[in-house]
Amino acid sequence: MKNKLSRLAVPYVVWMALFVVAPIIMMVIYAFSASNGGFTLNNFVKMGAYAEVFIRSFKLALIATAICLLVGYPVSYFMSKEGPRFQRMAMVLIMLPMWMNFLLRTYSWMTILENNGLLNQLFQKIGLIALYNRMTGADLSYFPMMNTQGAVVLGMVYNYLPFMILPIYSVIIKLDGSLIEAARDLGAGSATVFRRVILPLSLPGVLSGITMVFVPAVSTFAISQMLGGGTELLLGDLIEQQFMGGAYNPQLGAAISLVMMVIVVVCMLVMNRFGEGEEQAVML
Amino acid sequence: MKKIALVLAMLMAMTMLLPGCGSGGDDERVVNVCSWGEYIDESLIDEFESETGITVNYQTVESNEALYSLLKTGAGDYDVIVPSDYMIGRLIAEDMLSELDYSNIPNYEKIDEQYKGLSYDPENKYTVPYTWGTLGIIYNSKMVKGDITSWDAMFDPQYAGNVLMIRNSRDALAAALLDLGYNINTTDEKELTAAYEKLKTAKEAGVYQAFVMDEVFQKMEGGNAAIAMYYAGDYLTMLENNPDLRYVVPKEGSNWFVDAMCVLKNAQHKTEAEEWINFIASTESNLANMDYVGYASPNGEALTQYPAYYEENYGEALDNAQFEVMAAPDSVLKNCTLYENLPQDTLNLYNDLWTQLGI
Repeated sequence: MKNKLSRLAVPYVVWMALFVVAPIIMMVIYAFSASNGGFTLNNFVKMGAYAEVFIRSFKLALIATAICLLVGYPVSYFMSKEGPRFQRMAMVLIMLPMWMNFLLRTYSWMTILENNGLLNQLFQKIGLIALYNRMTGADLSYFPMMNTQGAVVLGMVYNYLPFMILPIYSVIIKLDGSLIEAARDLGAGSATVFRRVILPLSLPGVLSGITMVFVPAVSTFAISQMLGGGTELLLGDLIEQQFMGGAYNPQLGAAISLVMMVIVVVCMLVMNRFGEGEEQAVML
Repeated sequence: MKKIALVLAMLMAMTMLLPGCGSGGDDERVVNVCSWGEYIDESLIDEFESETGITVNYQTVESNEALYSLLKTGAGDYDVIVPSDYMIGRLIAEDMLSELDYSNIPNYEKIDEQYKGLSYDPENKYTVPYTWGTLGIIYNSKMVKGDITSWDAMFDPQYAGNVLMIRNSRDALAAALLDLGYNINTTDEKELTAAYEKLKTAKEAGVYQAFVMDEVFQKMEGGNAAIAMYYAGDYLTMLENNPDLRYVVPKEGSNWFVDAMCVLKNAQHKTEAEEWINFIASTESNLANMDYVGYASPNGEALTQYPAYYEENYGEALDNAQFEVMAAPDSVLKNCTLYENLPQDTLNLYNDLWTQLGI
């Protein structure tokens, strides 16, 4: 029975082989080849020059992931406590922005954050900018929000927050209620129940949420180009430049992608190992 | 090893192109065209299809470099492409274009002599010009005191935080090279490094609000920045939404560009491709395109007829100043240079300098 059903997975396995495994193999081949086709390690020698870009990208992605977690966990937790109607409603609201195109959503943030944008016009109208100028002696005609690292982080949080909320929510909602009752019977207060039972049991959701937010955030180039002003390169920009820029150096682009992927995979492995240990320790 | 990669790439390209190839039966005539976005009056496609019975698969790509990358990986199965001058030079040098049979393109006669025999195709074997234009500075007359006349403005700390630099290494370095009095096609490492230093100094002084491509529309139209460098045709689009904007080709000169239609070496539909090129090169098509796209036509008749055409369609006379932005007069054009294809070493240097600027 099991064998028969497993045949149904064939289309997906073929899909994976063709569009996930094959491209990765190609990437590895490219990363180790010179532009004339021979084997070389030169592409990796250059990597040191880009250390700053790596650090900046990982920093921004980490901040965005941390914010998503801090905002997303409580939302998931309290959502799961509410009645089914509220949950459905909240789910629609969380998903709603994702029905719109990603670039369009980010583009609209530009009109909000611009120097002459909606927020600054609002601040102007309610006198916030004048107040700030009087208090600090500054002479601002707008608050600079656009083209900053803060704007990039905001863009990441806005776009990827649902990917944090959904996995955490789906884990918490399925928690075995009897475990919580048992904890209560054994005399644990609400805070202890949360800390010793709910939190550890929801860790798998947290881990997959972190992965789903961090990975796209660390490799984004659209958000940094639109909201960050393109003055400070992120990894995504750097990689894009190798393929779409004037020099056309797919070998170097593949090498940078490979290094980025290895770092991300190592981070994830370490995190998951840590997560497993935590879970088992608590279960014991 | 490279062969495996190639086979894999081809395999993927073929899978992706299946729907496109499916329609290419023996009896059905097809032409695959690849151009920039918003770069054709789309009614021309319908007109061509009903006139000739040839199906046009019209696709777009965002830049010359992206087009090159598609062609190199074999993912682009096009017949006709419309790259810019320097990219045409590169494609010819790499033997990727097919020579045209101009007897199938009678409308080529109508292309003004001025746009023939240019550096990228000196013997007129491969190309039929599509549009041309200039690169210049766009500024907001409400936010800048006086007139801007020099590339200095792109590096001037007095406009700190209000300047938009273009996010394209060739154009950005060209601005600095021109301001320093160098040739925009230089391969001299010292000159290019000096240009890079100029950009770096300005960037560190906080002159640049952002490095932009298409975001420039929203920023300049909304008055979020005072100065930007961009292309003449796009300025006219911005002007429709913000009448305070001005355009200038700086006194140091600038780049002018020609985008031309070419047929790829491995094109499957060469006859149809030449029919398409001939159709687009006609005066009627050039008028329609010029009106829709905002870039000047290389067709001499279309260029002289355009003011009358405009008046007929819109019921008002064409503003001469605007027409001169679109189709720069000889006095401006003689100061401008075409980009040429650069040797690979120089392209690598451009890429390194550009990356350093971003780090």
